[in-house]
Amino acid sequence: MVDKPITTTTTADTIAALKEKFPDAVSDDTRQGYSGVVIDKNKLVEVATALRDELGYDYLSSVTGVDYLGISDHMEVVYHAYRTSGGPALVFKAQTDRNESEIPSLTSVYPGADFQEREIWDLYGIRFNGHPNLKRILLWEGFDGHPMRKDWKEAYYEEEHKPFGSRWPAGYVHRSEERNAYGHNVKYPADLDLSRLNDTSEESLYSGMGLGVDVERLDDETKLKTDRLIVNLGPHHPSTHGVFRMVVTLDGETIEMLEPVMGYLHRNHEQIGERNTFLHNMPFTDRLDYISGMSNNLGYALAVEQLLARGARWQPPSYRAEVIRVLMVELTRIVNHYWAIGFFLNDLGAFFTPALYAIAEREKILDFFEATAGSRMMPNYMRFGGVFKDLPERIRGVANLLNDQVRDFNTMDYLTELINDRLPRSIDELDRLITESEIIKTRCIGVGYLPAEMAVAYSCAGPLLRASGVPYDVRRADPYSIYPELDFDVAVRYNGDLYDRYLIRLDEMRESIRILKQILPRLEATQGQSVFGPSQHTPRVPVGESYGRVENPKGELGYYVVSNGIGEEATKGPQNPWRYHVRAPSFINLTALGAMCKGHKVADVVAILGSIDIVLGETDR
Amino acid sequence: MNGMGLLKGLSVTFKHFVNTYLSDLRFAGKKYLGQQQFEKRQGLQAEGIFTVEYPDEKLAVPERFRFVPFLVTEDADHPERPGHDWCTSCGICAKVCPPQCIWIVRGQDPNTGRPVPEPEAFFIDIDICMNCGFCAEFCPFDAIKMDHDYEMASFDRTSAHIHDKNKLSKPESYWRSIAPTTALEEAKARGGWEHPDIIKAMKKAGQTPTPPTSDNARDYMERAAAKPAPVAAAPAAKPASAAAPEPASGAAPVAQATAAKPAPAKPGAKFDKQAMLAKIRERKANKQ
Ligand code: SF4
Ligand code: SF4
Repeated sequence: MVDKPITTTTTADTIAALKEKFPDAVSDDTRQGYSGVVIDKNKLVEVATALRDELGYDYLSSVTGVDYLGISDHMEVVYHAYRTSGGPALVFKAQTDRNESEIPSLTSVYPGADFQEREIWDLYGIRFNGHPNLKRILLWEGFDGHPMRKDWKEAYYEEEHKPFGSRWPAGYVHRSEERNAYGHNVKYPADLDLSRLNDTSEESLYSGMGLGVDVERLDDETKLKTDRLIVNLGPHHPSTHGVFRMVVTLDGETIEMLEPVMGYLHRNHEQIGERNTFLHNMPFTDRLDYISGMSNNLGYALAVEQLLARGARWQPPSYRAEVIRVLMVELTRIVNHYWAIGFFLNDLGAFFTPALYAIAEREKILDFFEATAGSRMMPNYMRFGGVFKDLPERIRGVANLLNDQVRDFNTMDYLTELINDRLPRSIDELDRLITESEIIKTRCIGVGYLPAEMAVAYSCAGPLLRASGVPYDVRRADPYSIYPELDFDVAVRYNGDLYDRYLIRLDEMRESIRILKQILPRLEATQGQSVFGPSQHTPRVPVGESYGRVENPKGELGYYVVSNGIGEEATKGPQNPWRYHVRAPSFINLTALGAMCKGHKVADVVAILGSIDIVLGETDR
Repeated sequence: MNGMGLLKGLSVTFKHFVNTYLSDLRFAGKKYLGQQQFEKRQGLQAEGIFTVEYPDEKLAVPERFRFVPFLVTEDADHPERPGHDWCTSCGICAKVCPPQCIWIVRGQDPNTGRPVPEPEAFFIDIDICMNCGFCAEFCPFDAIKMDHDYEMASFDRTSAHIHDKNKLSKPESYWRSIAPTTALEEAKARGGWEHPDIIKAMKKAGQTPTPPTSDNARDYMERAAAKPAPVAAAPAAKPASAAAPEPASGAAPVAQATAAKPAPAKPGAKFDKQAMLAKIRERKANKQ
């Protein structure tokens, strides 16, 4: 999306060019285990503009905060920028004081920073000057404090880090609510007027937008007489795929403005993650995008493996482990797209018939997951340096609790039949059922248009980005695992509307089948190789930062993990992550929702949301 | 032509519709009866639309399926230490548990105050357990395993959902019955079907445990019952009973645990899965 030629190629060149241009503002991040540059926050906007316009880093993937209380007592905002033409990340950071934390907003350069900066404000209390709408995004206005700060403590606080000492050797059980420090799990900010909140519950959230249904006559001589309404779609509405709200301002039936409101499923996943040990986080990642647990696992494993690889005793995953990983994540992609297409059709009004057809096929894959990992949706399957266990010889299930009826298949036969026969057949069937239907076409073509420039600017990822004509896929742009040796195409469509977003998911499923067909012989050939080195439940992880990113079915899923600690902890290698951040595609893709919906009818909003394919477990974290 | 796409789509719906009844006919009305039909419906050959009619019918769960963990104990007819816990209260599972829902009180010798390798109390808060399986994966003694019994709903979460040692304990043969291949793998890794401590004691005494195969799991018990000679040379121990944690002296707890004592076992009294299932079902029926 750059008009000018890109003058530098490697990250090192970029950094050199930046330093030449801004000698005072840009310096290397010299801390041990860290990379990238630190940018003087007063020059941040200028430098970022140069990065985007002159150096070709047009895609700001992830923005996140870190609190270094106790280490260097400052706050930091970490940015990961990419070129949509591919290549590794440029990491840049801006630092600020903890007490007067302020950093200029990058929304003017990268509009995709919008929600992410709001999230940092919400969780860290870093103020972004120049942000057009800086208010809390995941928590509500009556929340006290900024929970990701290192000195914040949750209602059930026990200890800084797990494992907790009270569990062993004298673990006399109690339920945590018995020791809730806040009584009712609620603490309000000192200056909050509760009675005001009680009376007009959320007026402050929408000051100027009105509350509930607010009618205003619009008299325009030239048009139909309409009313301006403000309507809450959700949070409890089946079309929102969970608990999610859209505040829409309507002119008659037409959307004038739409603001997503989220956080109903917020559980401070990242704070939990920082109390946990590195390994503890693995099953928690299952619960982010709970449709595609396997790929969530992989992203996190990659991030921590990058750190572990700097230590002395590190064994990278065996080839078979990598093969199994790709098998799992590609099957997950199919699972996810079945789900996404099925429910997209639901949103269009084809109530549940297509969805159930798709889900029935998905079950066959989940059966395999269950037999291998032990759970259909919460696999907890990847480990640092491999996978939990090799594939079982047989997929053998027993209806234990009932009558001992058995189903028993040879795993490789099952997989072969699944990949060569059942899945392609059912994808074709889905294609026949939907693609040419005139109703679908009328509802979808030209609706929810997102031009390529906007998709990049808003940091959209995954099928949403590629349906707008940007062939950006992490598996090719910044390859991981064994993807470089696999033969597949990055699916891309160019119209950027609902119809293309549906089609691209079909394309991707077919590409996944293509990959899986190459995986099968590799599985045969590697039979018997070990898939997991010596298991270590609390590895000490070398100090440093890492960013593991994978092409999740919903878009780029990134984990920014910092291993650091205070004093001795840091020299021995910490057991708990200092920072654990999830770049959630479902969350960031929503940044573009308002823009996509403008000018469309109410009924289309539901379909546009469905076409993004969000999962609230990941959006709200 | 307009409408053709729609018709094409409807043909798919129609196919699903017809298939549903065709498969009914093919099974001659016995679609929900019998082993063969079951396998077909829950496999890749399934066609048409149908429902697993829970609770009259249930999905088959694979071996690795994981639900709330249980503690492995010796079988009631174990020749040397019936009902004895496999858990040595080492605390590893409590440490690897991500939501920290395992609580263990380490066993202590009342006289010396030294730790004994048996938990005094063991709790799992199943409301908090996320069924991740780490405890089972990292337990060095294969003493905690993931269960297949997922029907645990109850009306009162405050009283019914903290499982204590009594509720958690299930015999080792139960584990073998729900996960035969995994149990065999683990036994091979241990070097015998017995508890790692017994194996260690046996080796110390110059005996070699029988290498595990798929059908010799109970050989050890039968052999030991037939031949009451002690496995390990040990001082005359106080007889350990299944109910009370044995007051081991701490010095040679393993030897004591495996020491000779009247074996209450009836050789051949095999673990009866059907009886166990019947009990589970009965418990469930009573709950209603
Ligand atoms: S890890 Fe195993 S032996 Fe150790 S306390 Fe837990 S269940 Fe007992
Ligand atoms: S399954 Fe996981 S959450 Fe449950 S008790 Fe074991 S380690 Fe803890």
